[in-house]
Amino acid sequence: MSVLVVAELTHAGDFHPMSWEALTAGRELAGQLGLPLSCLVIGGSLGDRSAEAAARGVTQVAAVEHALLSAYTADGFCSALTQALGQIAPQYVVFPHTYQVRDYGPKLATAVGRAFLSDCTSIRFDGAEPIFVKQVFQGKLSADFTLAGDAPRLFSVQSGAFAADAERPDSPAPIHALAIELDEAAIRVHPTEPYREAAGTADLSSAERIVSIGRGIKDPENIALAQRLADALGAELAASRPICDSGWLPLDRQVGSSGQTVKPKLYLALGISGAIQHLVGMKGSEVIAAINTDASAPIFEVADYGVVGDLFEVVPELLKQLEQS
Amino acid sequence: MKIVVCMKQTPSKDSILRTSADGAGLDLSQTEFETNEPDSYALEEALRLKDEHSAEVVAITAGAANTTTAIRDALAKGADRGILIEDDLFAGVAEPLATATALAVAIRKESPDLVLTGLQSDDVGFGQTGVVLAELLGLPHATLIVELRTDGATLDVKRELEAGWFQRLQLPLPALLTIQSGINKPRYATLMGIKKAKKKPLDRLPLGELDAAVSPGLVVQRLYAPTKQKTGTLLTGTPAEQAAQLLTKLREAKVL
Ligand SMILES: Cc1cc2nc3c(=O)[nH]c(=O)nc-3n(C[C@H](O)[C@H](O)[C@H](O)COP(=O)(O)OP(=O)(O)OC[C@H]3O[C@@H](n4cnc5c(N)ncnc54)[C@H](O)[C@@H]3O)c2cc1C
Ligand SMILES: Nc1ncnc2c1ncn2[C@@H]1O[C@H](COP(=O)(O)O)[C@@H](O)[C@H]1O
Repeated sequence: MSVLVVAELTHAGDFHPMSWEALTAGRELAGQLGLPLSCLVIGGSLGDRSAEAAARGVTQVAAVEHALLSAYTADGFCSALTQALGQIAPQYVVFPHTYQVRDYGPKLATAVGRAFLSDCTSIRFDGAEPIFVKQVFQGKLSADFTLAGDAPRLFSVQSGAFAADAERPDSPAPIHALAIELDEAAIRVHPTEPYREAAGTADLSSAERIVSIGRGIKDPENIALAQRLADALGAELAASRPICDSGWLPLDRQVGSSGQTVKPKLYLALGISGAIQHLVGMKGSEVIAAINTDASAPIFEVADYGVVGDLFEVVPELLKQLEQS
Repeated sequence: MKIVVCMKQTPSKDSILRTSADGAGLDLSQTEFETNEPDSYALEEALRLKDEHSAEVVAITAGAANTTTAIRDALAKGADRGILIEDDLFAGVAEPLATATALAVAIRKESPDLVLTGLQSDDVGFGQTGVVLAELLGLPHATLIVELRTDGATLDVKRELEAGWFQRLQLPLPALLTIQSGINKPRYATLMGIKKAKKKPLDRLPLGELDAAVSPGLVVQRLYAPTKQKTGTLLTGTPAEQAAQLLTKLREAKVL
């Protein structure tokens, strides 16, 4: 019995940084339950990755390596991990809530006949049973869950919810290469190489100041107002996903998990609710300010300065006062 | 070609959420509902394929008996039929395996070529139901799809990866896709469409009559307003006062 953390490799072959956040969650859980912590690394050719994981202060590393895992497929990963879980028989399995885990986690859980608690933000221990906290209703509510049923119990952790686990390079753990069998014919989905769309002109990553608009801007005609504020502040204009989905601004101005990650000195959010997929792209900003009519909007949880108000009243005031000064 | 679209209704964006007396559910008696926004993109993709390939489009919801918002919406926009799997279980925080198991029983009878779901529900937000459903139906799947082409036998899709990366995938039909927002521009229902929808068939399947029982895996203990992580400064007053304070603060912080 153990707590097993499934580390993820990116298509470039590096560890996905969220792997070490999942390791922290696993370490907390293992500590509370008095269980050993182990780590699983999966991919087509693992190279030094298993050894790197073994230096992370775990008791064991399971290496799942197979040529058919070189390119990620849900069928391949699911089959390999089903076999691995059978061999390891862990009590809990922790995943980072990456796009890849979104793609195969629920399938794996179903294949092994278990539930899967996706996107947890923290774990509490009231008694013997760990309580998993998850945001619901777009962050407006939190929910406490317990996991019922037999081991293995599977859950994934939200990006940024746990600090990345510190490296402990002095205590290498044993590495076990697991023997798994994969059938090429059983992999039904055929992926091609990941690619980036031709880079646009907006380089938000080096912007000192960003004015970012969300659905609160309501109409594409109102973007001019935000643009005027951006010009007055010497800022780039950025947006949440729905604005780019609607084609109101080009995709290269989208901030968030599927867009750009920005770290400006000032990030001013206008009418953005602050969904986690947006927050991951901007919460590293030095100073965050937000204008939103809804006092309970999650953006105020990361904002240094919050204005509960109507952007159509506050932004013209900002413009007026900036002109006067 | 037959396409089944899984659609859910969720509390409308500005609704105030009250937890139920026992703290483990929601009091939705005062709540207005709308179609789960991601599912509108899934529906639009199905309707687009219908326009191109003369497909039959079936919209399906697992919900309480009055959970017809999403289906009515779909029928008004051009779906051909609706299926409602009825049970109060789905009015609360139903776990994805329970929802998907019920959907799977009904969808299996339809033998569709393509099953579409949204990538995530705006209420419970598990982001799982589609993928679980694919596994239960034994179908290949792909998630976060932002472009979809088909020749009727295979799918060629574009999948969104993190941080601005994409990938193309080929998969055989029948298959299941979870659709990402922005893939298309969902159409609006016309008055004519809304009128026609009233005559379109809506099958009601009581959950109890389906062989779809699952033992609980995820148990909700409590729903509550989140505790704030970090308390920044709230700037109060009139818009002019708020603007003045904000500029002062930003200058003090030397970011202006
Ligand atoms: C896999 C996945 C990937 C995603 N990737 C991204 C991503 O990269 N980037 C991203 O941004 N999102 C992403 N999303 C979407 C994300 O979950 C949210 O849906 C999105 O960020 C919401 O955008 P919003 O805040 O503009 O809109 P909403 O959530 O609709 O919020 C609008 C806000 O405007 C406020 N408002 C309304 N009127 C006014 C007014 N007059 N003045 C001031 N405030 C007002 C409202 O109170 C509300 O808080 C992703 C989702 C998923 C599932
Ligand atoms: N009760 C339901 N009825 C029909 N479809 C559903 C239901 N719940 C979830 N879905 C579908 O599954 C997707 C993902 O939901 P979720 O796993 O709750 O995030 C949604 O976008 C819907 O397409």
